[in-house]
Amino acid sequence: MGETEGKKDEADYKRLQTFPLVRHSDMPEEMRVETMELCVTACEKFSNNNESAAKMIKETMDKKFGSSWHVVIGEGFGFEITHEVKNLLYLYFGGTLAVCVWKCS
Amino acid sequence: MLPASAKAPHKQSRKQSISIGRGTRKRDEDSGTEVGEGTDEWAQSKATVRPPDQLELTDAELKEEFTRILTANNPHAPQNIVRYSFKEGTYKLIGFVNQLAVHYTQVGNLIPKDSDEGRRQHYRDELVAVSYQGSQESAKVISETENLEEDEEPKELETESGSQTDVPAAGAAEKVTEEELMTPKQPKERKLTNQFNFSERASQTFNNPLRDRECQMEPPPRTNFSATANQWEIYDAYVEELEKQEKTKEKEKAKTPVAKKSGKMAMRKVTSMESQTDDIIKVSQAAKIVERMVNQNTYDDVAQDFKYYEDAADEYRDQVGTLLPLWKFQNDKAKRLSVTALCWNPKYRDLFAVGHGSYDFMKQSRGMLLLYSMKNPSFPEYMFSSDSGIMCLDIHVDHPYLVAVGHYDGNVAIYNLKKPHSQPSFRSSAKSGKHSDPVWQVKWQKDDMDQNLNFFSVSSDGRIVSWTLVKSELVHVDVIKLKVEGSTTEVPEGLQLHTVGCGTAFDFHKEIDYMFLVGTEEGKIYKCSKSYSSQFLDTYDAHNMAVDAVSWNPYHTKVFMSCSSDWTVKIWDHTIKTPMFIYDLNSAVGDVAWAPYSSTVFAAVTTDGKAHVFDLAINKYEAICNQPVAAKKKNKITHVQFNPIHPIIIVGDDRGHIICLKLSPNLRKMPKEKKGQEVQKGPAVEIAKLDKLLNLVREVKIKT
Repeated sequence: MGETEGKKDEADYKRLQTFPLVRHSDMPEEMRVETMELCVTACEKFSNNNESAAKMIKETMDKKFGSSWHVVIGEGFGFEITHEVKNLLYLYFGGTLAVCVWKCS
Repeated sequence: MLPASAKAPHKQSRKQSISIGRGTRKRDEDSGTEVGEGTDEWAQSKATVRPPDQLELTDAELKEEFTRILTANNPHAPQNIVRYSFKEGTYKLIGFVNQLAVHYTQVGNLIPKDSDEGRRQHYRDELVAVSYQGSQESAKVISETENLEEDEEPKELETESGSQTDVPAAGAAEKVTEEELMTPKQPKERKLTNQFNFSERASQTFNNPLRDRECQMEPPPRTNFSATANQWEIYDAYVEELEKQEKTKEKEKAKTPVAKKSGKMAMRKVTSMESQTDDIIKVSQAAKIVERMVNQNTYDDVAQDFKYYEDAADEYRDQVGTLLPLWKFQNDKAKRLSVTALCWNPKYRDLFAVGHGSYDFMKQSRGMLLLYSMKNPSFPEYMFSSDSGIMCLDIHVDHPYLVAVGHYDGNVAIYNLKKPHSQPSFRSSAKSGKHSDPVWQVKWQKDDMDQNLNFFSVSSDGRIVSWTLVKSELVHVDVIKLKVEGSTTEVPEGLQLHTVGCGTAFDFHKEIDYMFLVGTEEGKIYKCSKSYSSQFLDTYDAHNMAVDAVSWNPYHTKVFMSCSSDWTVKIWDHTIKTPMFIYDLNSAVGDVAWAPYSSTVFAAVTTDGKAHVFDLAINKYEAICNQPVAAKKKNKITHVQFNPIHPIIIVGDDRGHIICLKLSPNLRKMPKEKKGQEVQKGPAVEIAKLDKLLNLVREVKIKT
């Protein structure tokens, strides 16, 4: 019984957590919104292939905001990065994914 | 000739030369020994220029000339060849002898280019050219030079011998032609050069010097960021966010149950609000408080005067009062702009709006709308600037944040104090029926039947327009067009008068909703109704110059007051066509205002910088206060307004100064208290008080 409830909670959680949750960003408002939307699109399009999603985000960002973007998508990882100021976005998406997008040339 | 004979390789020629050279010296000597000696002489040394057996000759002998002629004749050719002539039957001497001497011959051959052999040879050469591209060049050169050497040798000999050698020359020619024929076929694309006198020339041009320039820019700033992402952290973050969202939702529900937004949008808004605006607002609020505290300290004495000071001398002055200057307001941005309108805020009694512009037709510039608070005389609470001068303004009674203004260019606009940006919320345009002349007065009206806000404006173009705020638009309706009726005016020029009257001021009746008064530039005052757009209810020949202000008495519904640049203030009963009272103030009157606390008190300001306060109940012939109030002597006072509750007035001058003045006790004296009798207060008393005065005049008028 407890297990089923737990599962139900989990399902609820997954259903609810479809929005992106920005953990850290120093981007300007407009850029942040655009990047966020891009991340959502990519993660939804390649829901079972993080690599493709990361590739799509990286390539689109390169096109839109100039080259040397880096994207990390994963369910669990730690990182220490150097990024250009005003070019970092770190967000959670879909309840299980963490996406880190930054620029450094 | 001697060395040539010595060098000569051929025996015959040597012998001959020797015989020539020595013929004269040693005729008896044997030729064999002579040769041996000669060779010895050669071997010994070249330095011995003079052989030992050389004849010692005298100068005369040396100078002697021997002439020899070189001919093409062969010296060895026999001179005496005879042949037997069968014709004649005898031996005959043959005169013609062949002089040709052949020294060298070589046999060559010529191959036609188109023949099989020629093609084969060509093909072979091409193969060689392809296989040894590099080395072929040099090899060919060598072979050619060899050929040339071979060719040249016989030529030299020919010339030396001086005889015509036909065969070798022909052979050489053949070779040359052969080569000429062979070479063009080799590499087809290469240009064939003349092999005999071709010379290649190349020249090197000056190379521009190269220069390196470098510059280094600073790299874009970078920072480090590190975090760890794992499932429980993500989960926690989402749970926290959900809780936050629910809270905000609850709040929203509590505030506006109707407003419902998707979670995504709400979250986005919350985050953006949190990150950007909060800090500045907090600081600005604090700064505002500090500013007011500082002002409270600096203007403490003024504030004390405002609240508590009552001129003690008033008791001894019989029925005459004074005005005590309190704060002065001015702003650098509104410097040199006339005060064209003053209006107290109906809700916040310390706040008033000032319109800045210019009355000078020649010096029109920008306009400013400033709102000052008495709590902060140093800086306006709100500032709006406009391109055209502001001529009038009015603040809505129910919505004290809405300010209607009229511009010199004929536009009307509404500023919303709640909105931070400095542009008007609404603005008329050339398309939406703006006035074609300066707007002289605007007045908010009660909301219409559809609960839309609306206000009226009057302008020199003779139109009185009602503006209604419908959603986001200003809709205009012409209420009345002022016409100057030539027939009613008895002036002979009446016929030539403009057909349009220029409205300069108006005021709406306090109780009768549709009735209002319009003052014009011609000095007439019209009583009009909103419902009749074609004709006036009444016309008063009020002034000789433009009417500057008309104002209904706040208590008595029949009484109104007008002032004009013709130096006069007149008080009227709207049912009677002639004025009740006339006051001449010896200077153009800019503005008049009824006091809010008494039906008989009013103030007028004149261009000579004076303020006049009248109380008809005390003195109906002249002002009970007559005081210069301008900041500087030259300044003209343009407007005056009573504060709705405090005993103060504000006056504005044409240099942008606003001065707040306190009325001394004598100027706001109420009817004296009688013992045992309660002092009656209220509008009824005020009306009665004014009526009593008017009755005196009316009776006189009726009698006459």
